[in-house]
Amino acid sequence: MNETTAATHPHTGMTTRNDSWWLAPGLVAVGFGIFVIYATFRAFENNFYEIGPIISPFYSPKLPTPSWFPFSAAFLILWMPAGFRATCYYYRKAYYRAYFMSPPACGVKVWGSQGYCGERSFPFVLQNLHRYFFYLAVLVLGILWYDVFIAMFSEGLNISVVSLIMLANCILLSGYTFGCHANRHIVGGGMNKFSDAPGKFKLWEFVTHLNEHHMGWAWCSLFSVGFTDFYIRQVAAGVFSNPTLIPFH
Amino acid sequence: MANYEVHEHDVLVIGAGGAGLRAAIEASAQGVNVGLVCKSLLGKAHTVMAEGGVAAALANVDEQDDWKVHFVDTMNGGKGMNNWRMAQLHAQEAPERVRELERWGAVFDRTKEGKILQRAFGGHKYKRLCHVGDRTGLEMIRTLQDQGIHRGFNVYMECAVTKLLKDGDRISGAFGYYREDGRYVLFKAKAIVLATGGVGKAFTVTSNSWEYTADGQALAYDAGADLIDMEFVQFHPTGMVWPPGVRGILVTEGVRGEGGILTNSEKKRFMRDYLPESTKSEFSVDDEESKRWVEAAIAGQKTDAKRPPELSTRDNVARAIYTEVKEGRGSPHGGVFLDISYQDAARVRKKLPSMYHQFKDLADVDITAGPMEVGPTMHYIMGGIRVEADTQQTRVPGLFAAGECSGGMHGANRLGGNSLSDLIVFGRLAGLGAAEYVKGLGNNALAINNDHIEAAIKEMDEPFEIGKQADAKNPYDIQKELNQIMSTYVGIFRNEEDLTTGIAKLKNLKEQVKKAGVKGSKVFNPGWHMCRDLTNMMIASEAIAHSALSRKESRGAHSRLDFTELDPELAKFNTSISKDGDAMKLEKTAKPVMPEELKELFAKKETK
Amino acid sequence: MPEAILKVFRGEKDSGTFETYKVPIEEGMVVLDAIHYIQQNNDPSLAVRWNCKAAKCGSCSAEVNGRPALLCKSRMDKFEPGQEITVQPIKTFPHLKDLVTDVSWNYEVNKKITPFTPAPDANWTFYQEDIERVQEFRKCIECFLCQDVCHVLRDHNRKDAFYGPRFMVRMASLEMHPLDTANRLKSIKEDAGIGMCNITKCCTEVCPEDIHITDNAIIPMKERVVDEFYDPIGKFLKSIFAGK
Ligand code: SF4
Ligand code: SF4
Ligand code: FES
Ligand code: FES
Repeated sequence: MNETTAATHPHTGMTTRNDSWWLAPGLVAVGFGIFVIYATFRAFENNFYEIGPIISPFYSPKLPTPSWFPFSAAFLILWMPAGFRATCYYYRKAYYRAYFMSPPACGVKVWGSQGYCGERSFPFVLQNLHRYFFYLAVLVLGILWYDVFIAMFSEGLNISVVSLIMLANCILLSGYTFGCHANRHIVGGGMNKFSDAPGKFKLWEFVTHLNEHHMGWAWCSLFSVGFTDFYIRQVAAGVFSNPTLIPFH
Repeated sequence: MANYEVHEHDVLVIGAGGAGLRAAIEASAQGVNVGLVCKSLLGKAHTVMAEGGVAAALANVDEQDDWKVHFVDTMNGGKGMNNWRMAQLHAQEAPERVRELERWGAVFDRTKEGKILQRAFGGHKYKRLCHVGDRTGLEMIRTLQDQGIHRGFNVYMECAVTKLLKDGDRISGAFGYYREDGRYVLFKAKAIVLATGGVGKAFTVTSNSWEYTADGQALAYDAGADLIDMEFVQFHPTGMVWPPGVRGILVTEGVRGEGGILTNSEKKRFMRDYLPESTKSEFSVDDEESKRWVEAAIAGQKTDAKRPPELSTRDNVARAIYTEVKEGRGSPHGGVFLDISYQDAARVRKKLPSMYHQFKDLADVDITAGPMEVGPTMHYIMGGIRVEADTQQTRVPGLFAAGECSGGMHGANRLGGNSLSDLIVFGRLAGLGAAEYVKGLGNNALAINNDHIEAAIKEMDEPFEIGKQADAKNPYDIQKELNQIMSTYVGIFRNEEDLTTGIAKLKNLKEQVKKAGVKGSKVFNPGWHMCRDLTNMMIASEAIAHSALSRKESRGAHSRLDFTELDPELAKFNTSISKDGDAMKLEKTAKPVMPEELKELFAKKETK
Repeated sequence: MPEAILKVFRGEKDSGTFETYKVPIEEGMVVLDAIHYIQQNNDPSLAVRWNCKAAKCGSCSAEVNGRPALLCKSRMDKFEPGQEITVQPIKTFPHLKDLVTDVSWNYEVNKKITPFTPAPDANWTFYQEDIERVQEFRKCIECFLCQDVCHVLRDHNRKDAFYGPRFMVRMASLEMHPLDTANRLKSIKEDAGIGMCNITKCCTEVCPEDIHITDNAIIPMKERVVDEFYDPIGKFLKSIFAGK
């Protein structure tokens, strides 16, 4: 009943896993890829980002660009949310796996095993600055909420499809932003005895709830931000219309 | 001559569960040099399986509690067979030992006032069990382990002792082997503390792990100590019965402590019918009162309702379930139903997390949605090595014992939660006793007899020699047979005929054990280890069977179908088993008599 | 009776063969049962560690079809009937025999961690909400599956620079204890090497106790390390508000 083969090491090859372990990192790689390409294209396009008072999240707030600045105003803004996401603990996991294959999946061999230092040396040591990006992201988020307000109320009450999309986008972005691990630490995670500060504890619990689904918030808000911009672009370019649902003049 | 490693310690502790670790910590604290031997990796001992809690009269939840009530409960649970002094020390010192665990980093569940939370358990009058969800044992062993590693004693992991060595009457060392690669090792030691746990692997359905092969009992027996009250074997009423692979695994009494209900296939809540007259007054009169008790417990409020009948002592509940099943009112897989699903699912998951996962992962049953199937499983042996209560020393100078392998503390039946407290109370006393003994020896040099080492080596090499012969027996087959014999003839209910048959069969099996052989190398060879373990289990099994045959009454966990009544006369004697040449000697020895002031505690209760 | 086909690694010190065994399947069977069946019926010398058979002691760690798992928690009915089940020892630690490895490194690491240090005059009143986080970490059964799967130890073999997720959990349980007074942040950064972790979460994926190792232990400690070493502005502001 025993078939015997030549002596071998207990672990050979890349992995013994026989399930579709490559699927998850594969999807992540494609998903990010599409977004990055679209966002880059839009940042360079420098057009179709306004419909009256409504402004795309890629371009808000609309900063004046000095004449020597060769790029669109989007570049003055986008680095903040981009930096926030790039240093986000969830995204780090996702791209270390999908792009750096470090490791591609659990129990699967890493790609290139020389000189790994984790997040101890440049450039990855900069990931530790995530909380600064969090502060900036909150600032940008505030502006986006202001944009929703403008879109809905600047000319009396004007609830249009675009304004609702912007609202949904802001809700998702808020869920993502406030569920941030850095925020979780700041509101109370740094404490050891919660009973000393019941208010902070409640806040920490709330953030913890958001944080438990941080990955979900991250993907949904990434999609919604892209979609919001896309919709505004299509309306501005005259491809889609922007019907008003509750007009009040 | 085979090679062996040599180590020297003042005190050698064998076994690294709760008792062994606590003993090692205490002995080091006394300034002697300590070695700790464990058969598994550190922190894997069976203590991790203890779920419900550690009993200590802290009176955090029920203020009326104190050590005296705990003492009385323990003696009543043990049907008066307990060594009164051990029961007293246990009840008095448990609270301090628990607080000590907290100071060492254990994180018990809290009351609303920020104190250690305590829950109800079978046989305990008040809510007394300090717990961490249902993984109290893990919390305890991890705390002791993390405390221990900074105490500077040596730990020998995956190492088994096969022989105690003596110089004249006195202990002078131990011989053993490393499971990892089979190399032999000699420990020179002035004192030895046995803390090896129980004998469960002699039975088919047991909650015990493979380690529970009666090592300490057999080593002590061999070295000249005596084993008392070995007939008292506790069957835990609630073990898993399905699927077959997990049969016997413990379902914590905490389920009943949190309000779990036992029913039979006719949906009848049967426990009330099995309450002994003498304790009936301590339990609720109907389901409505039980319900009030549970609701108050959940809300953390006081109540005058009495506890539900499911919280009777373990021997009662086990016999009740056994009888229900035998009389045809069992569940599909030969158990009864234990139901906690009527309570809020989130609370159940919070209070009984590992039970929830155990059933979910191993049996595919969601205990928040439906009942579990449970049945009795061999769980604990109350009897064991006889020790002096205050020092835990056996009758062999220099040999100490603590925890399950020692006897006397729990009498005829152990209360749930008293075992974890036993470990830390008597573990400490044993460590202390051993250290004092070593100091008393002064510079007295102890010798090790080379012939004894040679003999020990020969014994260990033998299975490989036998393994080459054609009629060699597979040690696993022998173990299976032993299990069959013990479960069939020396189980929950006993009678003379069965016991005599069992003893005869054990005698035959002993011849087989001599033929157990293995092939392969000494490197991590479980079959080889089993050969040695069989010898130990045989000694304990015979001791249990003989003791059971000699006790002609039913008392606590020992139930005789041919002697169903309790005989007050027999409470005055311990059954003692010791080695007499090559034979096993059984004696009835007088039990220590309780002083008057303690007796009064019981009198008071009766007049009430 | 349906049969399962198991390919079990047999051999000593990194050299051996995968032997194939056929094992009859019973309902509710786990891989450890199958291994025991082989031990009883084919070869008593098959080496495997186990104690509790109930996923509580963390002894039976191995890799089943390439996934680090407890053998006693790997149910046979998860696998397609007729599919070969490969059982290997864990990879990260030196191989001894068959499914057994030498995990003693972990015990050495544990010794280096500053133990629980309450204040001598501590008031032992604290509440459930103070310890909930710590209790999650103390569920750890030391199966070392997280140590096995962590690529820092597994593939890069940086045992010199990283204590591994198990001990991140342990240090977190001490750091977040409401009454502990020791400060381990420097040691978490330098000795334990928290920066070696790139939060790829494999430890969390394999933990049989469902401890959220990365989210609840490692990341919060990374944030604490940032407080201390990478956030000069925050530190400055805090010192002002603390009136120092
Ligand atoms: S999250 Fe960190 S510790 Fe956990 S497996 Fe990944 S690198 Fe290792
Ligand atoms: S943290 Fe989880 S995976 Fe790691 S050793 Fe503990 S129980 Fe095992
Ligand atoms: S952790 Fe994801 S945003 Fe901070
Ligand atoms: S045997 Fe204890 S965890 Fe598997």
